Amino acid sequence: MSEAAAIAGSVAPVRTLAGGSAVLPIAGEGLVVRRGGRILIDGIDAAFEGHGITVVLGANGAGKSLLLRLLAGLVKPDGGAVTWAGRPPDRGRALGVGFVFQRPVMLRRTAIANVRYALKAAGVPRSERDAIARRALQDAGLEALADWPARLLSGGEQQRVALARALAPAPQALLLDEPTSNLDPASTLAIENLVGLAREAGTRIVHVTHDLGQARRLADEVIFMHGGRIVERAPAQSFFDGPSSGRAQAFLEGRIVL
Amino acid sequence: MQDLGGAFAQALWLIIELDRDLVEIVGLSLRVSLSAVLLAALIGFPLGAAIAVARFPGRGVVVAALNTFMGLPPVVVGLLIYVLLSRAGPLGELGLLYTPSAMVVAQTVLVTPIVAALTRQTVEDLRGEYEEQLHAFGVGAGGLVATLLWEARLSLVTVLLAGFGRAVAEVGAVIIVGGNINHVTRVMTTAIALETSKGDLELALGLGIVLLVIVLVINGLASGLRSAVAQASHV
Ligand SMILES: Nc1ncnc2c1ncn2[C@@H]1O[C@H](COP(=O)(O)OP(=O)(O)OP(=O)(O)O)[C@@H](O)[C@H]1O
Ligand SMILES: [Mg+2]
Repeated sequence: MSEAAAIAGSVAPVRTLAGGSAVLPIAGEGLVVRRGGRILIDGIDAAFEGHGITVVLGANGAGKSLLLRLLAGLVKPDGGAVTWAGRPPDRGRALGVGFVFQRPVMLRRTAIANVRYALKAAGVPRSERDAIARRALQDAGLEALADWPARLLSGGEQQRVALARALAPAPQALLLDEPTSNLDPASTLAIENLVGLAREAGTRIVHVTHDLGQARRLADEVIFMHGGRIVERAPAQSFFDGPSSGRAQAFLEGRIVL
Repeated sequence: MQDLGGAFAQALWLIIELDRDLVEIVGLSLRVSLSAVLLAALIGFPLGAAIAVARFPGRGVVVAALNTFMGLPPVVVGLLIYVLLSRAGPLGELGLLYTPSAMVVAQTVLVTPIVAALTRQTVEDLRGEYEEQLHAFGVGAGGLVATLLWEARLSLVTVLLAGFGRAVAEVGAVIIVGGNINHVTRVMTTAIALETSKGDLELALGLGIVLLVIVLVINGLASGLRSAVAQASHV
């Protein structure tokens, strides 16, 4: 698939259970976040539409998680605004924007009940929830663990449940905050495969990672952040061939960026 | 001392033969205190969870007040309910004074702050972990409260046990609003107080033993559950 086409054009409409109303493009305009006299997000403009995967790179504390939470409507910016399809984020469309946190948050119930919970929140009728949830866990290779208490699962398994749970309502966009940190190579691969499937289904994905190998495997385009700003946003190929900013260059080479 | 030994033996005998008076008194005690705890749960769970989740000006004061009300002296609660329910009082029309219902009301007032305050604490501890994820699911304020209460369910059972232990063992409130009327409002604690003052030790000791066992079992259950909760964060 050509990157340019993947990013620019809006392709086939996404199958959606989550309310059905559009959330794309997800856009932040002039975003600023200040806390305790520090500027954490320093004037970010970014829009995400079409489909494909945008990988967000940057050092610890660059503001990657905060940007994701802003885009998800979980944090209110001190300046600027986030819009989903031109309107401010609202509860009714929240499940159109899937979110997987760096540390998975499992409810104290079985894996499948966790998925059913998200479907219920999305307004899926009770009679349909179980079948959809089972499918979602199957896609994640977790059918054997479906009836296991979610909190007893390993970190990697929990992360897969979290991803399956975010994907079950067929969101139009998926925001992933380091979903594979602390996972072994096999679990990482399982997550990457799921993310790849979601992209093929037409889901717009923004994926924060510190794993440069993963970034190369998944990215259609790359955003490089530093100090609460987007320093560079470029198609994956050209970014990895040679980023235009010195900071991103240093980051790729593993030099300390100050 | 011989007297005391005899009284103790007779007390045990009252329990073994399921003495009618003793069973009636224990039964009323359980009925009153269980009803009070049930009502306290219906009010205290949602109230505590709502305070845990809500953000409003003066929230700190509300939380501090709630914690203070955990220690309400039973006699003061009894007096308050007495004034409300007495013939001249605002709720005198209901004719509840010196009935088991009045005792349920008094114990509910005593236990609700305990349930609400402990629920607030428990739910607030969970909120930090769950809030953003539930918002990402599009769950609203009501759903957030309900989900957090359900997630805290095991801890909340220990909260109920604490409330029940407090209710079943208190004497000050029930004696004022119930009046300790034989076969009507006589519960374990008021009967023990009365029989002891009359010098009739058998029944007092028998009831004392039953009350002690109930309270010990409740506390045992509560501490067992608490360690289960600490170990099994998955249920
Ligand atoms: N709620 C908050 N209050 C105060 N400071 C915050 C808050 N959230 C984030 N920060 C600060 O904002 C900065 C950016 O945080 P963020 O979590 O977005 O970084 P990140 O790029 O995701 O880093 P990492 O790679 O370590 O996950 C950090 O310096 C952090 O300390
Ligand atoms: Mg982060």
